[in-house]
Amino acid sequence: MRNLLWVIPVLPFLGALLNGFLLRHRIGKKAVAAIACGTVGIAAVLGLLIIFDYLGGPEHAAHQGFEQNLYEWMPAGPLATAADGVKSFTVPMGFLIDPLSAVMLFVVTFVGFWIHVYSVGYMAHDDGFQRFFTYLNLFMGAMLLLVLGNNYVVMFVGWEGVGLCSYLLIGFYYKEDFPPYAGRKAFITNRVGDFGFVLGLFALVSTFGTLRYTELFPRIAANPSLLTGPGHFGLTLAGFIAVCMFVGAMGKSAQIPLYVWLPDAMAGPTPVSALIHAATMVTAGVYMVVRSNVIYQLAPSISMFVAVIGCATAIFAATIGLVQTDIKKVLAYSTVSQLGYMFLAAGLGAYSAAVFHLMTHAFFKALLFLGSGSVIHAMGGEQDMRKMGGLKKHMPKTFWTFVLGSGALAGLPPLAGFFSKDEILHSAAAGGHWILYAVGLITAALTAFYTFRAVNMTFLGEFRGTHEQEHHLHESPPSMTVPLLVLAVGAVFAGFVGLPVEKWNAFHHFLEPVIYRIAGHGAEEHATSALFNLVLLGVAIVVAFGFTFLAFRLYGAARGLSTDVAMERRFPAAHRVLANKYYVDELYDKTVIGGAWALARTLFRFDAGFIDGLLVNGTRNATVSFAMLSGFFDKYVVDGLVNLVATVLDGFSRVFRRLQTGYVSNYALVLAVGMFALVAVYMLIYRG
Amino acid sequence: MFEVTTTHYLVVSFLLFTIGIFGIAARKNMITVLMSIELVLNSVNINLIAFSYQLSDLTGQIFAIFTITVAAGEAAVGLGILIALFRLRETTMLDGAVELKG
Repeated sequence: MRNLLWVIPVLPFLGALLNGFLLRHRIGKKAVAAIACGTVGIAAVLGLLIIFDYLGGPEHAAHQGFEQNLYEWMPAGPLATAADGVKSFTVPMGFLIDPLSAVMLFVVTFVGFWIHVYSVGYMAHDDGFQRFFTYLNLFMGAMLLLVLGNNYVVMFVGWEGVGLCSYLLIGFYYKEDFPPYAGRKAFITNRVGDFGFVLGLFALVSTFGTLRYTELFPRIAANPSLLTGPGHFGLTLAGFIAVCMFVGAMGKSAQIPLYVWLPDAMAGPTPVSALIHAATMVTAGVYMVVRSNVIYQLAPSISMFVAVIGCATAIFAATIGLVQTDIKKVLAYSTVSQLGYMFLAAGLGAYSAAVFHLMTHAFFKALLFLGSGSVIHAMGGEQDMRKMGGLKKHMPKTFWTFVLGSGALAGLPPLAGFFSKDEILHSAAAGGHWILYAVGLITAALTAFYTFRAVNMTFLGEFRGTHEQEHHLHESPPSMTVPLLVLAVGAVFAGFVGLPVEKWNAFHHFLEPVIYRIAGHGAEEHATSALFNLVLLGVAIVVAFGFTFLAFRLYGAARGLSTDVAMERRFPAAHRVLANKYYVDELYDKTVIGGAWALARTLFRFDAGFIDGLLVNGTRNATVSFAMLSGFFDKYVVDGLVNLVATVLDGFSRVFRRLQTGYVSNYALVLAVGMFALVAVYMLIYRG
Repeated sequence: MFEVTTTHYLVVSFLLFTIGIFGIAARKNMITVLMSIELVLNSVNINLIAFSYQLSDLTGQIFAIFTITVAAGEAAVGLGILIALFRLRETTMLDGAVELKG
């Protein structure tokens, strides 16, 4: 069974091939949906079977991953490496299943499958039905490649593949103006990150001559001094590689300063936001950092940098989320914020906590996005929460599942988000990073507040839309509500695999084989007392419930939008800054994009003035002038001579043509006179 | 008695020749021109025969016979051209026939 590992990523690619090329425009929507959901569903079932097979197999018992090399993909030949001289560098096309990729495999296929099912209902009336599922399957294939690859190159292929699908799906509604722009923005922003990622990979290749995890990491762990020596830009080599890779993670996982694309990515269809921009793709950066944990452990200062960036992103995005009125924008900023949490955990060395939050977040955030999609579907495309309200009685299933997802996001016990978020905050407090802990706690409070603000504005109170919209309100079809219910189950129960007591934290133990322990470098395990843990738990619970309660007080049924209005009136400057997202987009427009434009204009001027103007046109002008000179010579000297000959001849002929009178008598006369003359000459000369 | 000498023949011949040349050069009617050509030819014949008689050599007289023969052919061709010309222009005058004018 394990040997079928390679089939998992192939299945969605097969679906994309069928829907996108072989059967394009030839089959109905039902067949399209069957192919798309079928391939992903089979991949999900197969994934589960393989995971269980692996867990019961000898590799897992030996704390190793099961690796499958299909073929030598890039046999690049001899390469001089820093670690051990010249060696043959090769990249296999291979897959790896170990606890980390097992978690990712399960999350991606499980959430992915249910979002596929949901999309069948959500996209039912869209003309681009087949195109949509082609992209979605393509995405699944690339994502599975990313998480299952046994080396960084296969991961990078998947990494770029999901980036491409993200671009395609953000710009799915290509006839409108904004979605294609948002797609380009996402793609270009990610290019910055990908550049860093590739640099990191180059550094790894030149040092070790391999990118296979199972070859690379044990060697680094066994001999850390190779990476702790001086590298580039005043960093150790490990630090340099870690920074480069984190730049890649910043782009893919939307961290400061490269987060700007994610909120705009909401221009895509809502299932896409759920699958790609909440549950799976954006967590690829977290996966990559956790996967490379051995490198990050050797670069403690960079790890702290990761934690600080994550923490800053978390609170930054959370504050913006407070004032958003678009339901998807609220969720988008909460995604950025929760990704910040994951990086906070990864930076603090709590890798299992990061992956734990990644998993629970995948469930509840996918649930929330699908719930918002259900709302938008019912509202006929309206996304402004100010025009919603009171939807609870029209769509109870959506409402209750949305509340469960919100509770999980807000960190209300015993929902999934509570456990994972608590583990992250615990790791900050246990490590003595009280500032990070405090910021994380404030973010948690803001999260609880804005999440339930959205719930109140959307589902409670009076309906604020038009009569027409109210008439149209309806619960979504089963293909949409069933995935909501399934994901709600995940959002409620997923947290129990990682209970906040060390002994019962199954998730933590499960991931242990992929977290390396390096003597003198590893993330220390901070033993904390039970009382300390209980206090932290208590604080987290109080904060979550307190701010949920506050949200109900301020945005409760009777208040409607008055709180928003009052806040805006009371703190106009703060509101303006938050509503404009700290003017970061404007700042980037002015500096980065403006700079790029200025550079482009300068280059254009150089191109137009120097290359085109001076060189190309100059050559043209010189050639034309020379040609004109040559033309004059030809016309007046060469032709002149020719014409002169002609003119002279013409002159003579003008004279002599007169002899030819045409009168026969004249000719006869000339003949006679000539005769006389000749005879006379003869007589005079010879006989004279 | 006035004796007719070769010189007299030469004078007649010269006069005939001159009249013929004048006729060829000065007259516009093609028939006249043809007749003038005959005059020139015959003046030459007179010349030939006169010298033949004086030199007692028959070659000149035989040459005159040849000349008459050629003149007959010439008259035939000339008259043929004349008829063709008349058919073309309905006149025998040479004024208009100047197609070879340069």
